[in-house]
Formats: sequence, C-alpha cells, structure tokens
Amino acid sequence: MSLLTIENLRIAFPARGGSTEVVRGVNLEVQQGETVGLVGESGSGKSLSCRSIIRLMPSHAQMTANVQFDGRDVMAMSRKALRDHRAHSVGMIFQDPFSCFNPTKRIGEQVAETLRVNAGMDKSDAHVRAIELLASVEIDRPEQRYRAFPHELSGGMRQRVMIAIAISAGPRLLIADEPTTALDVTTQAQILKLIEQRRRDLNMAVLLVSHDFGVIAQACQRVAVMYGGYVVEAGPVAEICARPQHPYTRALLESIPSLESAGHHIRRAGIPGQPPSAGEMGAGCPFAGRCAFARPECAGVDMSLEVVGDAHATACPFVRNVSATSEAGGA
Amino acid sequence: MSETLLSVQDLTKRFRLRRSLGEFVTRQPGDSALAVDHVSFDLAKGEILGLAGGSGSGKTTLARMLIRLVEPDEGVITVDGRSVRDARGHELREIRRRMQMVFQDPYASLNPRMTVGTAILEAGRVHHQPGSEDGDAFVSKFLDLVRLPASMAVRHPSELSGGQRQRVAVARALAIGPEVLIADEAVSALDVSIQTQLLNLFLDLRDELGLAILFVAHQLSVIAEVADRVAIMHLGVIVEIGTTAEVFHNPQDEYTKSLLASHPQPVPLDASREIRIVE
Ligand SMILES: Nc1ncnc2c1ncn2[C@@H]1O[C@H](COP(=O)(O)OP(=O)(O)OP(=O)(O)O)[C@@H](O)[C@H]1O
Ligand SMILES: Nc1ncnc2c1ncn2[C@@H]1O[C@H](COP(=O)(O)OP(=O)(O)OP(=O)(O)O)[C@@H](O)[C@H]1O
Ligand code: SF4
Ligand SMILES: [Mg+2]
Ligand SMILES: [Mg+2]
Repeated sequence: MSLLTIENLRIAFPARGGSTEVVRGVNLEVQQGETVGLVGESGSGKSLSCRSIIRLMPSHAQMTANVQFDGRDVMAMSRKALRDHRAHSVGMIFQDPFSCFNPTKRIGEQVAETLRVNAGMDKSDAHVRAIELLASVEIDRPEQRYRAFPHELSGGMRQRVMIAIAISAGPRLLIADEPTTALDVTTQAQILKLIEQRRRDLNMAVLLVSHDFGVIAQACQRVAVMYGGYVVEAGPVAEICARPQHPYTRALLESIPSLESAGHHIRRAGIPGQPPSAGEMGAGCPFAGRCAFARPECAGVDMSLEVVGDAHATACPFVRNVSATSEAGGA
Repeated sequence: MSETLLSVQDLTKRFRLRRSLGEFVTRQPGDSALAVDHVSFDLAKGEILGLAGGSGSGKTTLARMLIRLVEPDEGVITVDGRSVRDARGHELREIRRRMQMVFQDPYASLNPRMTVGTAILEAGRVHHQPGSEDGDAFVSKFLDLVRLPASMAVRHPSELSGGQRQRVAVARALAIGPEVLIADEAVSALDVSIQTQLLNLFLDLRDELGLAILFVAHQLSVIAEVADRVAIMHLGVIVEIGTTAEVFHNPQDEYTKSLLASHPQPVPLDASREIRIVE
C-alpha cells in the first residue's frame, strides 16, 4: 500500500462569474521511503498540490480530492487528527522561508519549541537537540546562531533552519517545496545528502518540488511534470530525462542552461509564448498555444495519462518520443 | 565596456554575533563577524556583473549596503562619482530611484495589502515614469515584460505562486526606471523556461537602455548566460573577479574551482531519440 495517494485533486478560486480551477484533477502516489520529484511551469499548481496533503489551503480555495495517508482519509480528519497529522506524520518545508518564522523570536527557540510540541521533549533536551539540528544543516557556530533573530540570518540560512524544523519530528513524509533555491551548489549538495540520510534512517518518503532538473535527477526515483494544473507526464527520472514523452517536458529539458555558454552570449530561445492564465484556460491541452506539434484535435484532449512504458505515462496522445535503437528494433 | 556608473571601494560590514547561552550567562563579550570584508568593484553602464558565492558569504549584505539599507562600517560607494554614503534627503531618494533592488525574499519588495497593479503603478507614478498616466496600459506593459497576464493586476501578493511573486517584484523594480538593477536571487524560483525569458529580458534592457545589473545568483549556469563579468564571494571577500569566460573556463582561486567542480551537470538528453507523431 502506498504511503500517500492523491486522487482527482481539484483546487479552484472564486473569480468573476464563477470560479477558476488552478489544479485540475491531479493524481499522485508516494510509496514509503521513496523520493518523488515534482517539476513544472511556474504557477502550474505544485505548491497548492503539496499543501493539499496537509489540507493547508489559502482562505478562499475550494478543494476536492481523495487524499489517503497511511490508510487514513485526510479529507475526513477531525481538527485534532489533522493537527497530529501535521505535527507528526508530515514535515513541510515551505517555498517561502521568511514568512514561516516569527520575526520577534530567536530562531533556536523556534526550533526548540517545535521539538517540545511535536516530539514532547523537555526544555533542556529541546535546547541541546535544537543546537544539534542547526549544526546538521551546516549552520556555523550553532550556539550563537541559536540566539539570532530571523532577519539576522542570510536567506539560505533561513531556508536551512526551516529544513531543520521540518525534519525534527521524524516525519513519515517530508514535503520539500523548493528547499534549495537559495543555496550555493556546495551547500545544496550537503542538504540533499542530509535529506537522503534521513530518508534512509527513518524510511521517510520525500516529495521534492524543484525547478532544477539537476536536483531532481540527483535526488528522486520518480518525477511528475506539471503544466497548467495537470500532471502532463510521470515516470522514472532516468527514463524521463533520457526519453521525455510530453512535448512540454522535452522543451523544458532543452531549456536547461549549461556552464559551457560562459562568455559566449548565446541566447537560449526557451519555450515561445506564455502559459494561458488560469481564467483563460479552456478544455483540451493547456500547452496547445506553445506546442510545436499542436493540431486542431488538441482542443479535445482529455488530459488523462496514457501509459507509454514501464511506469511511464504522458498526457499527450499525439507525440511519441522513441530512441533510434528501439525504433530500429521495430517498435 | 565604457563609463563606470557604480564604484565600490573597500566596503566593509561587521555584525555582532549573538552571545550563546553560555557566553550570556558568564557575561563574556560576544564575537563579531565580518559579513563583508573590504570589497571593491566597478559596474559600468550597460554591464551585467554576476555575483555568486556560498550561502552566508555576504552577497545580500553587500547588495543592501549599495542602497543604504545597511550602513557600511567602512568604504566608499559612488554613483557617477557622487558619494552614496554622504547623500541625504532628496539626493538619497534620487539614488534609490536610480538603483533599484529586487530582494531575495519577494515579500520584502511588495506591500501585502497592495494589489499587484497598484504596486506597479504607484512605483511608476511616484517617480514620474513616462506612460504612468495611463494606469492600465502601464501595468499591463510591465506584467507582460515578466510574462504575466494582465489579469494578475487585481491579485494580492499572497494570491500568487512563488515564481509569480518573484516576477511581480522584478516588474515593480523595472517600473521605476532604474539605471542599476540589483537583482538578489531574482530568478531563483523560476522554472528554466520562464527563467530564460527573464534573462533575455535583462539582456534586452541592457542592450536597449544601457541598464547595469548586479546579478546575485547561486546558479552558476544562469550567471554564465547573462553576465559580462563575474565576482565570486567567499566569507565576505571577493576571492576572484574577471570576465565570465575567464572565471568559468580558467578559474584561479581554489574556492572558485571547488564551486565549479560541484556544479551539477545538466541532464543529458538522449540525442539519438526520434520524435514520432502518432496518427
Ligand atoms: N490565494 C490564491 N488566490 C488565487 N489564485 C491563487 C492563490 N494561490 C495560488 N493561486 C494560483 O494558483 C496557481 C497555482 O499556484 P501554485 O502556488 O501551486 O503554483 P506553483 O506551481 O507552486 O508555482 P511556482 O513554481 O511559481 O511556485 C497559480 O496560477 C496561482 O496564481
Ligand atoms: N542584520 C544582521 N545582523 C547580524 N548578522 C547579520 C545580519 N544580516 C546578515 N548577517 C550575517 O551576515 C552574514 C552574511 O549574510 P548575507 O545575507 O549577506 O549572506 P548571503 O551571501 O546573501 O547568503 P545567502 O546566499 O544564504 O542569501 C551571515 O553570517 C549573516 O548571518
Ligand atoms: S496534446 Fe497537442 S498541444 Fe498538447 S502536447 Fe500534445 S501535441 Fe502538443
Ligand atoms: Mg510554488
Ligand atoms: Mg542572500
């Protein structure tokens, strides 16, 4: 049985003359101890999908879904059960680290408080453990930093303290929404290693949102690619990187910058056009306006995932990406 | 590159560290640490200077000192030869118009109670930007520059995704019509496709308007694409500065070498694959 199953997740916001659906029927599964990546266009619904797992929605959001965590129905949880679910089962690293801290409280105390509340430690144990946790996320001079206020830390340090808080209670699932966006490559590698260690030691599952395919390729076994509120492709990371099936995934992989270009001023073309804004999205494939393979029938595509390989699925019924070798084999 | 627009010499900032509980109880004096240690560089009109370095190496502190959000302990900052540190009143406001900063934390650039449209329009009006009389057109133009639909104008910052918020912060800074843009991790939360579009926007603004940019980023490959020159910071010191090609292809400093060595390789696409259209 999988640890997490999300079925037909839909999230909408009230808008003029009705409502706008921004997450449009997402299915996602995470097995125990597995690391799953989530990538995709800015605004495609990654953060909201993550938040659905702990039912932490913006005030006007209308959410419907079937969310099962460890055999329990998250949508049916009482307020108390939900509080326990958030405190013990799921650790969340939010995309925006600053807004999650109390600006008037020392960061070490904020870490220690979580340990007292979520892990039931007494005051002095929590103090000692909090300092260890700060050190574990590579914060130098942790005793001194314990007493610093959030604004006295650099952006990347705040991000790391949040990671320390999220893993402190030993969650079954860690949701990491862009956990390394502000980190240099060296620190990023250390943080990913730390998350990987926790995953192995605690058999913790990880849902990792990142726009950096390098990070995803390094850390995840499977990945789901999102565009315009849909998962457009899902499958094993290595497979998707080598043989992307959906035209959006392919275009995304082709836009990755490389260090080679240093000093040459070659402009990457990127993907032409813009994603449709949520309100303007009609039926059919949301990528149609930008897709090099678009055709009239794309307006009628139902965006369900079609299996194309071993646990590999795409929402585009028209384009298949096959390697020359398998083609030669008469596929 | 031509005339120097922004010049920084020996800029230094020391912060007192908080005392640990032990130090506090035994009344020991706290330590202090140099966040920025005698940093010097020039930025020319129409130049993009990339700034990379470790987390906590002093990049944000350096950037904030340039617009006097953090008071330096030592050093000289000049814009067109005029001292930024001595500027007061009207002159300081003028300097802050000419140098706009996009903050690492996009919430710091945006007023949570103001809609996206109002924020952009106010920014333009306060500084008498051409076109700001016609509100809607002005707002749409800047939203379009950062690839956001005009319908975003009625939203509040909390109603945006992380990457959308980051782009609104960039739009607002550009609406003021700066000559120097200080972009602190301004594209860090964007997927590569929108990132490319924003980087191309920066290159266009540099070419067309002579915008100078201090581009702080942790992704070396992103810096490689836009920067004319690169500075690498480590523990408050610029350990290496040079043209992008020099620094990336022939690094001299050990820290730079280690950064480049741990840079993740882009994902290899299988070049032999073919695209088949299903009929
Ligand atoms: N409170 C809100 N009111 C209205 N729309 C919202 C609200 N919060 C989010 N949205 C919209 O929902 C969509 C999905 O948002 P989400 O934050 O999940 O995107 P994301 O994939 O995480 O993007 P990013 O990579 O930029 O962080 C976006 O288009 C966003 O504008
Ligand atoms: N207001 C402050 N009071 C005390 N210390 C501070 C303050 N602001 C920054 N520092 C310290 O100065 C050092 C440099 O921080 P800065 O924010 O400049 O780093 P950065 O290079 O931007 O890092 P990042 O990449 O993580 O954002 C850090 O050790 C930080 O804790
Ligand atoms: S359905 Fe049509 S528009 Fe969408 S990805 Fe496939 S070919 Fe492109
Ligand atoms: Mg997000
Ligand atoms: Mg910073």
